[in-house]
Amino acid sequence: MKNILSIVALVGTFVSPLVMAEQVNLYSARKEALIKPLLDQFTQQTGISVNLVTGKADNLITRLKSEGKYSPADLLLTTDVGRLYRAKQQGLTQAISTSSVSQTVPANFQDEESHWIGLSLRARPIMVSKDRVAANAVTSLEDLTDPSWKGRICIRSSSNIYNQSMVASLIAQLGEEQAQAWVDGFVKNFARPPQGGDRDQIKAVAAGQCDLAIANTYYLAGMLSSDDKTQQAQAKQVKVVWPNQQDRGAHVNISGVAMAKNAPNKDAARKLVDFLLSSESQVWYANTNHEYPVLPNVKWSDLLTSFGQYKAEQVPLSQLGELNASAVRIMDRAGWK
Amino acid sequence: MRHYNWLNPWFICVVICCVILASPIVLVFSSLAFPQLDVWQHLYQTVLSDYVTNSLLLAFGVGALVILIGAPLAWFIARYDFYARRQIKWLVLLPMAMPAYILAYSYTGLLDFAGPVQGALRTTFDWQYGDYYFPEIRSLSGAILMLSLVLYPYVYMLAKTAFSDLPANLEEVSKSLGVTANQFITKVVFPLARPAILMGAALAMMEAFADYGTVQYFGISTFTTGIFRTWFGLGNGIAAAQLAAMLTSFVVLLLVLEYFSRRKVKYYLQGQKSKAFNRQVLHGYKSVVMAILCVLPVIFGFLIPVLQLVGWAIDSFTKQFDQAFIQLIWNSFYLAAITAICAVILALFFAYAKRLNRSKVIHLIVSFVGLGYALPGTVIAIGALVILSWLDIQINGITEAWFEQSVGLILSGTLFALVLVYCIRFLAVAMHNVDSGIARIKPSLDDAAKSLGHSSFSILKNIHVPLLTSSVCSSLLLVFVDVMKELPATLILRPFNFNTLAVKTFELASDERLMEAALPALAIVIVGIIPVIFLTRMTEQRSPQRTSKNKGKYVTS
Repeated sequence: MKNILSIVALVGTFVSPLVMAEQVNLYSARKEALIKPLLDQFTQQTGISVNLVTGKADNLITRLKSEGKYSPADLLLTTDVGRLYRAKQQGLTQAISTSSVSQTVPANFQDEESHWIGLSLRARPIMVSKDRVAANAVTSLEDLTDPSWKGRICIRSSSNIYNQSMVASLIAQLGEEQAQAWVDGFVKNFARPPQGGDRDQIKAVAAGQCDLAIANTYYLAGMLSSDDKTQQAQAKQVKVVWPNQQDRGAHVNISGVAMAKNAPNKDAARKLVDFLLSSESQVWYANTNHEYPVLPNVKWSDLLTSFGQYKAEQVPLSQLGELNASAVRIMDRAGWK
Repeated sequence: MRHYNWLNPWFICVVICCVILASPIVLVFSSLAFPQLDVWQHLYQTVLSDYVTNSLLLAFGVGALVILIGAPLAWFIARYDFYARRQIKWLVLLPMAMPAYILAYSYTGLLDFAGPVQGALRTTFDWQYGDYYFPEIRSLSGAILMLSLVLYPYVYMLAKTAFSDLPANLEEVSKSLGVTANQFITKVVFPLARPAILMGAALAMMEAFADYGTVQYFGISTFTTGIFRTWFGLGNGIAAAQLAAMLTSFVVLLLVLEYFSRRKVKYYLQGQKSKAFNRQVLHGYKSVVMAILCVLPVIFGFLIPVLQLVGWAIDSFTKQFDQAFIQLIWNSFYLAAITAICAVILALFFAYAKRLNRSKVIHLIVSFVGLGYALPGTVIAIGALVILSWLDIQINGITEAWFEQSVGLILSGTLFALVLVYCIRFLAVAMHNVDSGIARIKPSLDDAAKSLGHSSFSILKNIHVPLLTSSVCSSLLLVFVDVMKELPATLILRPFNFNTLAVKTFELASDERLMEAALPALAIVIVGIIPVIFLTRMTEQRSPQRTSKNKGKYVTS
């Protein structure tokens, strides 16, 4: 029996590296290509190795949950706040017990009990055709329900979390009834049934299929800095409009990280969080992924600066997670595919 | 029916295997015990009708189109000799190596409003948006087309075997009875090949029901997209599982239909001498036209998308092709190979058990395990995750109590979980092929061997395996290729620091970096082609023997 056990243990250690030197186990909804270089840098600086599984946030949360107290995961990294909220709600997280660095992150971008913390900001403004839309033709999301926009708006499917969060934040700020009315009017102005991703909406504006799209800025930035000349040319025909600058501000979401409840390597995990919030990592995010840094004093890249300064919504982000299901129902009722 | 022994070791083994394999599916159905009235009312009022109609249209559209492409193709290649037939015979299998979502990405890049084709049209004729009609690729019909272009080989492979096995004297006999050439096809050949054709179509339809990548990219609301929307968007996992159960019941219906269509026709091959049937030789322009006709599906299902991918991949090749990339190829390859072998062994085992014990119970539970093919990979993966993690926690509890040491997640955190889920998902593919192979071995052969004192195992080894080689090979190939392409389950269950080509492709493509996604996508296709070539070689070496040795005798009941 002892032999069998040692074989089992050997297999276990071989596949799930739990007993090696200092290390952190990371479940990441951020794609490997967009996080690995940063993690490698961390390993180089600290000698702590990082084990990575990437996947869709909800699946990673499910995995965390079913693995229970033997879960090897230390940190959960997601690209929207709704999922961080969901993980906390299901009792899968614990306080990060922040160091001084995280205290500089604005309060609405972290959990009250510091179970999760924002790492970068993702803004979702309006993008219009430079040629076909006049300078002040649109200043707020509310403008987009006007019949003059009929057949001119492109946006991706409501199955996407960015749209769900956007509508959830409208519910939080305007109430359910007004949010429903806005979505109803907005959907009536679609140029085509929702399809493709955010880049596809920008491309459709460039090609003239619609005059206006809603998309996250880092997609536009990615196209502008792409090696592909066509994509660059398409992106150049599009201009960012920051909506609701006179009132509540433009919609923003965060990418962030939560500490797993049964994290076996808590100290190393905390070091990684600190590293991801260091100003050099924040600059890396902005330069490589074109997301806005979550720390107020970090300098933006030239590309981000070119989109202009903006005022962001002040909704406590955990509300977006809370209201997600209501948002989906509203969009179902409005026939937003 | 003869007396049945419930303690038969075969029966016990089958039941144990089935319980393990079916547990995630059972978990899905157990959700039905917890009604979610509120969510269902909302779904019913808003999106449910979309899910039902789109899923049904998609599956039946794919079913019809794969028959339209696959069956004539198989007929031409089985019965005619024409220009480059030997090459075309395996070329037409190539689209199988192409994941449908990759086909969708590349055709969208090509035919989208903002793409090069429509762009060229606009600059040439100075058109604007709305000035002209162009079919929308991102639509239900687009999705039907994409899926059919990669799934028709299922019908082709099964139908071709059926057509090639038709004995030469069948045509002569028909002619002597005054049957015209057209009648020969509609009245004689099609009824005989119908089970094979419908089985291929059923597989394609199951795959269409379970498709997530293509419909999600095209923005079509089907059951699969609805399951995720309900689960994650509405935050109701139980209602999502109920949707999955409803989807599965469609498939049960489909399989019942297929079963009844097959029941009317039973035919067996006998190992007797017969003369080889002759393919009709085409000459001149007819030969070239036939070659072009047969190559068309390859051009659309393989060549055009591959060229598009190559164009994209060239730019990023040097940047992406390194040690880590080779590791990715190896990971995908060995996972697919291991799974293919496991799945085929299981399929042989089940098929054989069914043959030994003609009890309805065994048939029923084995068919139930086959349902995994129609469930989205994510659903099975989560089901398996829940069960395996629970087992892991128990195991760790025991080892901690007895040896004061925990062994970690040895089931759910390792490749074991992946291979298990792949087997559940793709067992149906292997079973359909092996079943149709075994069904054609006349039962009297078994009885004769038994009367000569052979054991069950000896009959399997000495009689069935040699006769089954080609079905086993095509099962291996199909499962291998399916695993190479598999994405959702891999994404959920893979261990730390482990990636496959499909995962890499998805990560880049879902980040809308299609250009960089092209290289791993291309690698999936290339690695997938290897067994296609291998298989063709193998059947080619065997086929002269087979046609001269075997004679088909058809019994219609």
